[in-house]
Amino acid sequence: MALDSKIPNGPIADKWTNYKDHINLVNPANKRNLDIIVVGTGLAGGSAAATLAELGYNVKAFCFQDSPRRAHSIAAQGGINAAKNYKGDGDSVYRLFYDTVKGGDYRARESNVHRLAEVSSNIIDQCVAQGVPLAREYGGLLDNRSFGGALVSRTFYAQGQTGQQLLLGAYSAMNRQIGRGKIKMHNRHEMLDLVIVDGKARGIIARNLITGEIERHSAHAVVIGSGGYGNVFFLSTNAMGSNATAAWKIHKKGAFFANPCYTQIHPTCIPVSGDHQSKLTLMSESLRNDGRIWVPAKAEDAKAIREGKKSAKDLVEADRDYFLERRYPAFGNLVPRDVASRAAKERCDAGFGVNKTGEAVYLDFAAAVQRYGKEQAHIKGLDESDSALVTKLGTDVVRSKYGNLFQMYYKIVDEDPYTSPMMIYPAVHYTMGGTWVDYNLMTTIPGCFSIGESNFSDHGANRLGASALMQGLADGYFVLPYTIGAYLAPDIKLGAIPTNTPEFDAAEKGVKDQIERFMNNNGTQSVDYFHKKLGKIMWDKVGMARNAKGLTEAIAEISALREQFYKEVRVPGTDKGFNQELEKATRVADFLELGELFAKDALHRNESCGGHFREEYQTEEGEALRDDENFAYVAAWEYKGKPSDAVLHKEPLVFEAIKLVQRNYK
Amino acid sequence: MKLTLKIWRQKNAQDKGAMVDYKIDGIEPDMSFLEMLDVFNEQQINAGGDPVAFDHDCREGICGMCSLFINGEAHGPDRGVTTCQLHMRMFKDGDTITIEPFRSVAFPVVKDLVVNRSSFDRIQHAGGFISVNTSGNTIDANTIPVNKVDADHAFDAATCIGCGACVASCKNGSAMLFVGAKVSQYALLPQGKIEATERVLNMVKQMDEEGFGNCTNTGACEVECPKGISLENIARMNREYLSASMKG
Repeated sequence: MALDSKIPNGPIADKWTNYKDHINLVNPANKRNLDIIVVGTGLAGGSAAATLAELGYNVKAFCFQDSPRRAHSIAAQGGINAAKNYKGDGDSVYRLFYDTVKGGDYRARESNVHRLAEVSSNIIDQCVAQGVPLAREYGGLLDNRSFGGALVSRTFYAQGQTGQQLLLGAYSAMNRQIGRGKIKMHNRHEMLDLVIVDGKARGIIARNLITGEIERHSAHAVVIGSGGYGNVFFLSTNAMGSNATAAWKIHKKGAFFANPCYTQIHPTCIPVSGDHQSKLTLMSESLRNDGRIWVPAKAEDAKAIREGKKSAKDLVEADRDYFLERRYPAFGNLVPRDVASRAAKERCDAGFGVNKTGEAVYLDFAAAVQRYGKEQAHIKGLDESDSALVTKLGTDVVRSKYGNLFQMYYKIVDEDPYTSPMMIYPAVHYTMGGTWVDYNLMTTIPGCFSIGESNFSDHGANRLGASALMQGLADGYFVLPYTIGAYLAPDIKLGAIPTNTPEFDAAEKGVKDQIERFMNNNGTQSVDYFHKKLGKIMWDKVGMARNAKGLTEAIAEISALREQFYKEVRVPGTDKGFNQELEKATRVADFLELGELFAKDALHRNESCGGHFREEYQTEEGEALRDDENFAYVAAWEYKGKPSDAVLHKEPLVFEAIKLVQRNYK
Repeated sequence: MKLTLKIWRQKNAQDKGAMVDYKIDGIEPDMSFLEMLDVFNEQQINAGGDPVAFDHDCREGICGMCSLFINGEAHGPDRGVTTCQLHMRMFKDGDTITIEPFRSVAFPVVKDLVVNRSSFDRIQHAGGFISVNTSGNTIDANTIPVNKVDADHAFDAATCIGCGACVASCKNGSAMLFVGAKVSQYALLPQGKIEATERVLNMVKQMDEEGFGNCTNTGACEVECPKGISLENIARMNREYLSASMKG
């Protein structure tokens, strides 16, 4: 099967407008004859559900949490990009488009990224109209901050809780439609399979997590907005429940899975403290606006710090190595995430790490405190040479900008980041890969769409900070509502899809069989035991730096672990009620397949690009070395029974508006 | 650390439920409270027992999914944190820790420590929104300037995570801090003022129908709120409600 990305013709800046001018529309009276299932209620799923319901479709929304407001978009901290150019610093739709394609290391689809940049401004208008309290300046207008990989200030924010505020905005829009009866909300439900009738997605099988009932739900189209698969690493900044099951089930039913190896390791997370660790906590990239990253310049100082004989404060400026500022003078601490993470790993591997495990670098706010303190003293007409006063005033400014993040750090680490620098280390954060979709955001299964982090399309091999919120909301509010209409137009006279058909019978049986198998397994090990083992293989061999030998081993090890899982896993309790171990078992079963495909994809891609770094392919300076001649394509994998048999399909990436060059942040 | 855990066990909504005592060893001060429960559950599974059910998701204090009434306090003894951010360094070796669900008529128990907080969602369905279509064809975001002080107060109110600690802590089982925060967020912004009258009447009506109690100003909710939502929001809601009632 040849992949058709359905990119509209014409110049890049006109594609989306032309497309909208010429697609099929469904008239308002007919929309109420059409049902749409939306799985996931984060920024993408929540905004899609609300908008589709507003347009008049009957929406059935599903989330595994106890409320749609809990989806993990809520945890996004730093901000959302938009090409408003409110700062007058030279931003434009083209510049946001260019930065995103470059930031993604030229592995994203140009047309999708341009569309994203075009609708970015509308998102901010929309959210303000919804009552989202974005940060403002004293004049009453919206404020911006800078994020990595850009030379302009285009990031809108709400302190360190931007994701929370945007998600609550989408949630409020959903609430309005739930109140009107246009969205039927199914909380604590997990999608466990997709139902295909005559080649089209027509429903799902879901488990009611409270009663344990297996339910059939039908619709004219199914939208997956279930997020990414970072939890394949067990330890990540994702929520404990974040899972790939919905995305993986559609993959097994025919949706190609694209670029699974493109995973973002975020540079600023709180380091691992011990074996009991259940998750990792992000410290927002926005902190790199004001924090300076460093390690000791001398290995003996680093050793002394690790042994507790010295502390950060004992080192004078000359003994500190601000390695990002040294290596990348133009972007400094604001290089993209993949670059910052690798640079931190390089220093730690070379013996300059600063915590007990040797896997941490400093993120220091002392300079920012002084700078802001002096500015405040000047504004207030106070003594700028009074160092205690300056420190106090500066600390207040830093607290107003990042207070909740500093508090979070203090509670976890038990050290005050206002007085001693934070310790941070990279952690798995976001997955750029996901279900392959065409320009319409439709997967290779007709009628099955994938939006937000669960699709692959906009971020290439590396996502820039503050772009995930932008993409989730763009897909849900402004893109899918158009494209899904074009698909549904021929279905207006079809009527409700019945669920008493052989297709639903078969899908439901498959789900029940899997559950029964787990319940009757009587194994000896918990689900977490296997999940942690998988995570360790992934982190050690498929993590920040990969090589052919390690990847080959990982593939064999994951495959063996999967076999062991089915033999030895123990799921206690009953499937006829609330059972969190059973929920985990069905999710980990999918991670155990996805992880293998992930490693297979990483092994086949004989180049380094963005978040995919193969040790064999690097420049003399240790930067990622792309191979545009052989790898400028999307790798879309077709399921053929097991991950090792997956078949590769290639979508060539054609760059018309942007010239491919080596990324340079120096 | 060695600990005695007294945990509320209840099979399902129909079951009566009871406190059950357990011993646990090998807990480290750097563990979070939920990681301690992870260890406990791992031991239960390995011993052929039934792990204790508890709600949790983000484990960084923002999703509002985790709950737990620990030693008589919502989210435990620390201040300004959710249970997932509570660390075992707050306890001592040999301590006995009591763990119960968030109790309220409006939060029925699902299993063990898991409760159903859908009543919060239903209050939001009644009016927790601004009736603007999400088509994007609205005015430019900077067309209406918003006073920074109002915007900041609206933000503070909007940081409520909807966990229900306020309800669990209140002797009346009142949800007024939760509802007051949402009413305040919109009442403080020009975009929200247009529907302010209807919103507060509808949300309060739904709150009462769900069986939440009234506020008698004891302030326990503010003390226990992991996000520091201020009692001022309840006062503002009362003012909004009063003025809406006069109009109505």
